[in-house]
Amino acid sequence: MEVLGRRDILNIDRALGLYRVLDEDGNPVAGEPSLPDKLLLDMYTYMVRARILDGWLLKLQRMGRVALHAPNKGQEAAAVGATLALKREDWLFPSYRELGALLVRGMTEEEILDRALTTIDDPLKGSDFAIYGHRKYNIVPAPVPVANQIPHAVGAALAAKIMGDKIVTMTFFGDGSTSRGDFHTGLNFAGVFKAPVVFVNQNNQWAISVPLKRQTASPTIAIKGVAYGVPGIRVDGNDVIAVYTVAMEAVERARSGEGPTLIEAVTYRLGPHTTADDPTRYRVEEEVREWERKEPLRRMRRYLISRGLLTEEEDKALWSEWEKRIEETVVKVLEKPPLPPEVVLEDVYEEPPWNLREQMRELRDSIRLLKELGVELE
Amino acid sequence: MPVMNMVQALNQALREEMARDPRVVVLGEDVGRRGGVFLVTEGLIDEFGEMRVIDTPLTEMGIIGVAIGMALYGLRPVAEIQFIDFVYEAFDQIVSNMAKIRYRSGGMYSVPMVLRSPCCGGIRGGMHHSQSPEAYFMHTAGLITVMPSTPYDAKGLLKASIRSNDPVIFLEPKSVYRTIKEEVPDRDYTVPLGKARLIREGSDVTIVTWGAMVYQSLEAAKLVEERHGWSVEVIDLRTLFPFDRDAIVESLEKTERLVIVHEAPKTVGPGAEIAAYIAENHIELLRGPIARVTGFDTPFPLAHEKLYMPNIARIYMALKKVMQY
Repeated sequence: MEVLGRRDILNIDRALGLYRVLDEDGNPVAGEPSLPDKLLLDMYTYMVRARILDGWLLKLQRMGRVALHAPNKGQEAAAVGATLALKREDWLFPSYRELGALLVRGMTEEEILDRALTTIDDPLKGSDFAIYGHRKYNIVPAPVPVANQIPHAVGAALAAKIMGDKIVTMTFFGDGSTSRGDFHTGLNFAGVFKAPVVFVNQNNQWAISVPLKRQTASPTIAIKGVAYGVPGIRVDGNDVIAVYTVAMEAVERARSGEGPTLIEAVTYRLGPHTTADDPTRYRVEEEVREWERKEPLRRMRRYLISRGLLTEEEDKALWSEWEKRIEETVVKVLEKPPLPPEVVLEDVYEEPPWNLREQMRELRDSIRLLKELGVELE
Repeated sequence: MPVMNMVQALNQALREEMARDPRVVVLGEDVGRRGGVFLVTEGLIDEFGEMRVIDTPLTEMGIIGVAIGMALYGLRPVAEIQFIDFVYEAFDQIVSNMAKIRYRSGGMYSVPMVLRSPCCGGIRGGMHHSQSPEAYFMHTAGLITVMPSTPYDAKGLLKASIRSNDPVIFLEPKSVYRTIKEEVPDRDYTVPLGKARLIREGSDVTIVTWGAMVYQSLEAAKLVEERHGWSVEVIDLRTLFPFDRDAIVESLEKTERLVIVHEAPKTVGPGAEIAAYIAENHIELLRGPIARVTGFDTPFPLAHEKLYMPNIARIYMALKKVMQY
């Protein structure tokens, strides 16, 4: 009986199964979800915005204006559904493939584009590519080395617990990240200290060219939580309602002091790993086409239409409205001046030590000399 | 003789060594089907199979730790770290084990492996795809650290590294991967570890450099020759530790002036050791202070990377300072 009790607490069956609300064609699998109409429409709108913005970032990279982009196409539901479960005061530790999560937190397309194009308004001052974040939205910019942010989310959650704040932290990471030490260490700490953290794994089946079966011999990723005392839930990551539902439960559990949850959102990366990748070298087109049919926007649109919350015309109008708004933002951002060169030497310390003050002089002298020599470096 | 870029030369080195010695295996993220993100390992899986060209799970700690175990048992693993910026997860294994097993075992065991990895900036790679962390490895007793600047040297040095009985950190300046092409022999040859190469003769000032900075240094040398008539000697160090002190001293006997150029940050950077060696042992050769032109003491930035890295203007400023002292 004791064994069965533990089994129940740790949700082993939920870690091995697949929770979904809508089937692949947008039909409810077990009755109508009882969520407000506005929320359902918001879910869809955020996904539409993320899809359009993703397309622009890809295009801007091809134009040479963005250094690198990690396409989100096909994974919008996991990012949007999970973050909609958070409150404003909660903290987010994203990875680099969650544009929808940034939008849900309130970040604007303009702020995201300023970042990607490293304009004078880039909130992260040209530090790195493909990462986003802002203190005013409680989004900590991701480190590019994958999984590094997982223990940070645990630490922040633990700090909130120590300081008596009723907040929750949420972190996103991919299937490849679950092989790294940070993931295991993070889950272990979270389990030991019952940290109010929600781990959202975007299992998109591929870590660049390495398929999931080569990443882990485990039947699911969600089950990996169990050995750390962290309940795992496996959910259809292309079903935004299902992701939201399990995330709400996990966030509430965390907020009420019951500890962490590991959510495995099963999804698929329809595009390349990044704009520097060529997936035709390692995966077959049929697989991509199969997942295109299961992609999250198509499914949610069909559901909203069948439920009478959206008409074909309203859907078209929604797309064209956001296409127009985002294009206008792109045009505006493209005209902004770049960051000044001095940012290179800023923000290393609170106050620059002598070496950086000297190097600032060297930088300015070299810029003058480059002009004099007529040399263009970039 | 075939003309190759560095990627092709490295691929050929791996192919030849794997064919020559069945103990040589390749492992890392995306090295198999994908052929590596820069295609250095392209086609190896077809020729040598999945047992010798191993796509690993995503963990640098795992890749290096497992490669150490393979080397202990008798293989000669060549472990790829996809970008050297991701190596830090493996630091415990590198510093505590890869570098120390020979010492810890009183010489009974060794770790004849190569950790090869693209490094350095110049491709808009941002903070975590552009770093030059060679000083960490040079500082760690037990490791040999190498960085080629040409396709010819890349092939010969990689083959020498695979045959070394000590662990080698083999850093590949990725901005050079496809930009420099030269004739590379289609046959077996090695370039000895620990030997620098004189790439430009001069009599007034010596630049010691390596990797992609060789090309910036050559440009600056040409500029000061045209503008001031100064004759600049340029040495490509190739092996960063143990570095070829004799080649530097021999050059300074002629020029009496030293400028060190590297992409790695300045403070406690690799240039500091070279400067200290000369100051400690050959101060009488110098007419004036040594100058260093380096990456700034900051994380590697995405914006304005060409201003962060040593460029023609900054090398010019250093040469001027040294020449006009």
